[in-house]
Formats: sequence, structure tokens, C-alpha cells
Amino acid sequence: MAAEALLHVRVEGRRLVLDAAGGWVAARASEIEALVEGVFRKRPAVDAVEINLTHLERLDTVGAWLIERLRRAAGDAKLYPEIVGIDPRFKVLLDEVAISNKEPPHPHPRKGALIDFLEHVGIAVAEVGKDLSSIVQFTGEVVVASGRVLLAPMRLRFTSIVHHLDRVGFRAVPIIVLINFLIGAILAQQGIFHFRRFGAETFVVDMVGILVLREVGVLIVSIMLAGRSGSAYTAELGSMKMREEMDALRVMGFDPVEVLILPRLIALIVALPLLTIVGSLAALVGGGLVSWVYGGFPPEVFLDRLREAVTLDTIKVGMIKAPFMAAVIGLVACVEGLRVEGSAESLGEHTTNSVVKSIFLVIVLDGFFAVFFAAIGV
Amino acid sequence: MAKSKTNGVNGGETVIRVRGLVSGFHGVSVLKGVDFEIKHGEVIGLVGASGGGKSVLTRSLIGLLPKWSGSIEVFGRDLDKIEERERQAIERRWGVLFQGGALFSSLTVRQNVQFPMRENLSLSNRLLEEIALAKLEMVGLHRDVLDKMPSELSGGMVKRVALARALALDPEILFLDEPTSGLDPISAGDFDALIMALQETLGLTVFMVTHDLDSLYTACDRIIALADGKVIADGPIETMLEAEHPWLKSYFHGARAQSRSGAAA
Repeated sequence: MAAEALLHVRVEGRRLVLDAAGGWVAARASEIEALVEGVFRKRPAVDAVEINLTHLERLDTVGAWLIERLRRAAGDAKLYPEIVGIDPRFKVLLDEVAISNKEPPHPHPRKGALIDFLEHVGIAVAEVGKDLSSIVQFTGEVVVASGRVLLAPMRLRFTSIVHHLDRVGFRAVPIIVLINFLIGAILAQQGIFHFRRFGAETFVVDMVGILVLREVGVLIVSIMLAGRSGSAYTAELGSMKMREEMDALRVMGFDPVEVLILPRLIALIVALPLLTIVGSLAALVGGGLVSWVYGGFPPEVFLDRLREAVTLDTIKVGMIKAPFMAAVIGLVACVEGLRVEGSAESLGEHTTNSVVKSIFLVIVLDGFFAVFFAAIGV
Repeated sequence: MAKSKTNGVNGGETVIRVRGLVSGFHGVSVLKGVDFEIKHGEVIGLVGASGGGKSVLTRSLIGLLPKWSGSIEVFGRDLDKIEERERQAIERRWGVLFQGGALFSSLTVRQNVQFPMRENLSLSNRLLEEIALAKLEMVGLHRDVLDKMPSELSGGMVKRVALARALALDPEILFLDEPTSGLDPISAGDFDALIMALQETLGLTVFMVTHDLDSLYTACDRIIALADGKVIADGPIETMLEAEHPWLKSYFHGARAQSRSGAAA
């Protein structure tokens, strides 16, 4: 349907007659809007406006609104608009749009880019403060709940702990073994490649052993669990909160922290050290294998060197960090889960925050431990 | 109760024709041969016991659930025998109000209502803003809600915004899934009145799944009752009241229905 005229404009004496014709429907809205806007662009030399709808064939809300806009434009120009020839089937719709949009819709609030930027920075800084206070507050709640459980151990949800242990611990074993094996292998390969220049290949064993047992093993496992289990905790708790499941627990007289969060935290605190042992062993196997195949010293030599290089302290330093890492990951994941609000977007945002923050805090914590152990000379 | 159809451009024309519809899910057939027709401008109420196939029927009609056999014709076109493009064109001619509103939670009210228009029509920004506000005002909302997020709205407001979104493209058929559930009786009554007013204004054909006896009495021209996967009664409220089927008897003559007809008398 090409150029059938939608709006005839003609002047009859001191009257402007606007003849709407054809289909005033959404599909042709841009054409109609241009015509409507064109009519009063320069003030016509008339005293009155007549809008004639006799030839209108079809009308929908968009079309009806554009007729109303035409009428209002004429009214604003003090041209006493009059609509004639209204088909009864269009009347209700025209009456309906006549009472809408009395005030223009408010524009989107727009500030300058600089103000926006400063506002964001301010909000972010305030968020950091809120984060800290909510983590502290939440830790308090967890301690109180643990205290209650310690006084009445029957309240501990053993089944739930085992269930979560299976999810975050046992089922994570394959991926943890694989990743740590690869990391151990890469460390050994790089070590051999660079130490060879000084003829110090055998020190690769010292490096791999100490690095894996003190730092890398626990860090890799923590980061994996933050991504794998922390995110799951946040998403679960968040969607439970969205569906008012937490409120349901509370009104039945249960404490959500005790029922939902404590088992998850305990499971994580038990699972992470265990996975660290498994992961570190896998990394040492990876390192050993590369030393054998690529570096050319057999497993007996590797084990001998390892026994000399690594003391029990090295292992203790690595292992002692594991439960703290687990606690940080668990606390951050649960806090973020409890802060989820109504929308799906909020759930996604808090899940992302959970992973990013827990990985960040794990690394910061590791730094503090490094400083601490250096100070006490271990 | 014949209502005057002010916008009855092509009154009496069949817009939906369902023949021998069999459908279900997880291998269990829920609908076992459903037949009915809906004419232009009618307001149809679909009733049935919980689990009786109301949702399956609605979801099959709007194409969310594949049917097993039978045919569904909308605007005289068999939905199986048309191409994707034509199907999309038909989908633009109906609006659906989901039970929970199904508003996009990451968009504001304004964006929710504008979404279908923005995607399907080429409107100027000014026109988009004005039409969105007009739609919201039609469903009885104030312009203050424009920039709210769906999570900030009350249940009744969510339903109204969802209705405004369903009406965004000026549909010819409106599917409503339990439009008054979760609303207080006053809001539910208002909502019925709103649907009737819009039906008249926009010349809609309305297909609503409902449990609300008041809606059935006041808003619906015709009621289709579904039990055991079949249509057991089809007609105006009087037909339902006279029906012999035990489920219909207890539905329309139960304690709640009694108090309703007592109040009406």
C-alpha cells in the first residue's frame, strides 16, 4: 500500500479542514506522525480547525493518539479544533486517549558524565563500607548460631552437612585433581627450562614442593571452590530468599542461619582442607611426572630431594590457611545470597559479586598469612 | 446476555477454532480431544478442576506446548500449515497476560510496556513514550509508576502493567491466565470492569482462564468447562447452572457459589 493519502489538508475560508483517511494504524505510524507534525509547523492563516474522520477506515491506539495529538496541537494554537464524522466504533477509543497523557511524560533524568562518574564512585565507596559491616554482622550471627548448636548438639543438621560435603567436597575431587596436576606439571616444566641454564635443575624439586605445599595448592583449591561452590551457595540462598522460603522457615520457628547456612559453612570448612591435601598431592604427581619425562630424573631422585626440601612446617603453613579460606568463601557467598532482592538481575549480580569478592579476599588473606609467617620466621 | 459490540468490525467471525485437540506432557495426555470455537468479540471463560488441563489448553493455543493431534485455527489459518513468518504475524495479533505477570524484572515499567512496540513497530521515541503512558493510563495506572522496577510493584499493579504490555500492540485476541487470582475482591472487580471496558474499546476477543465466580458472572459471555480432558459444557452462565455434570454442579452450586447467587438475587 503505497501513497494513499492519510491526511488531506485544505483551507475553506478561515477554516482549516483536516481530512483523515485510510488506516491510521501503528504500522504506518511514522508516516502519520510526520504528517501530523507538519500541519502546524508554520501557523496557518485560519481561525478554526476541523478534523474530519469520515473517511477513516481503520484505527488503533496509536492512530487514535495521533488524532488526539492533532487536536491538542490545534487547541494549543487557539484554533478551536472540532472533530467531526466520528464513526461510532471509534468513539470509545478516541474518548479513551483523550483523557490520557495530560502531562507530558517526564524525560529520563540525565546528568553530566562527570556527575554520573562521581556518583558511581561515591556509591561504590559506600558499598564497600556496607559490605564490611554486613560481613561482620553476619559473622556475628553465625557465631551466635554456632554457640546455640554447641550447647545443644542435637540441633546440628548432620544429614544436611553430609549432603553439602558430598556436593562441595567429593564431587569436586576430579576437577581439583585435574587442575592441580596441570599446575604442578607446568611449574616443574618452567622450573626445569629456566634452572637448566644455571645447571640447577634439581632445585626444581625444592621449588615445586615448597610452592605447591605452602601456597599454590591451597590457593588453587580456594579459587576453584569460590567459583564452583561459593557461586552455588549464593544462587541457592538468593533464590530461596526471592521465593520467601527464608521467611517461611523463620515463621515456623527455625533460624535460617542455623538451618541453611551453618551446614553449608561447616561442609565448606571441612571440604577445603581435604581437597587441599588431594590437590597438593596431584600437583606433586604432576611435577614429578614432568621432572621424570622432561627433566630426566627418576621418581626416586624426585622423592629423595622432596624429603630434604620439604619440612613438616611447610605442609602445616599450607594447611593452616585452608579452613580460613573456606570460612571467607562461605561467609561472602552466604552474605551475598542473603542480599539478593526481587529480580533475576539482582540474583546474577550478587552471584558474580560473591565469586569476585571471595577470590579477592582469599588472595588478600593469603598475603596476610605470608607476612605473618615471615614475621614469626617459619 | 448479549453485549453490544461497539467495535464489532467483523462481528460473528470465528477467530479461534479448535478441533480434536490432544495434548499433554511427560507422556501423559491431559487433553483428550477438545473442540470449541470462539467468535470475534466474545469474552470466554475457561473453567475446570485443578490439573484438568486448563493451562495445557491455554499453552497449546498460544504455541508454548506442542500438541499431539488435532488442529488449531486462528483467524482462519491452521497454525500447523503456515510458515514461521506468518505465525509470527499471527502472534503479534494476540496478547498474553501470564498468571504471575511475567514482567521482565530487569526492565522498568516503561521499558516493559515499550518492549513489544520497540521491537515490532517503528515509532519515534516521543510516540513510544506517549503510547506507553496512554496504555498504562488505560489500565488505570498513574504516570508515577513509569520508572519503577517490577520488584517495587504490588501484585495488582504487576497485573495491570502486564496487561498494558499485553495490549501494547493492540492485539485482537487477549489470553488471560487467572487475571484476578491474588487480587482482593475489590481489585478483582475493578479488573473485571477494566477488561470489559477494554474489550469494548478495543474490540478485543478475550479468552480467560479463571476460578473467579464473580468474573464468570459479570465478565464472560460464554463459559467453556473442561473436565477429564474434554469439554463438558459450553455456553452462557445459565447453561452452567443447569448442567448435570457432578463437577459443574458442585462448582456452580457449592457453598461459595450459593452465597454468590444469593447476593446477586
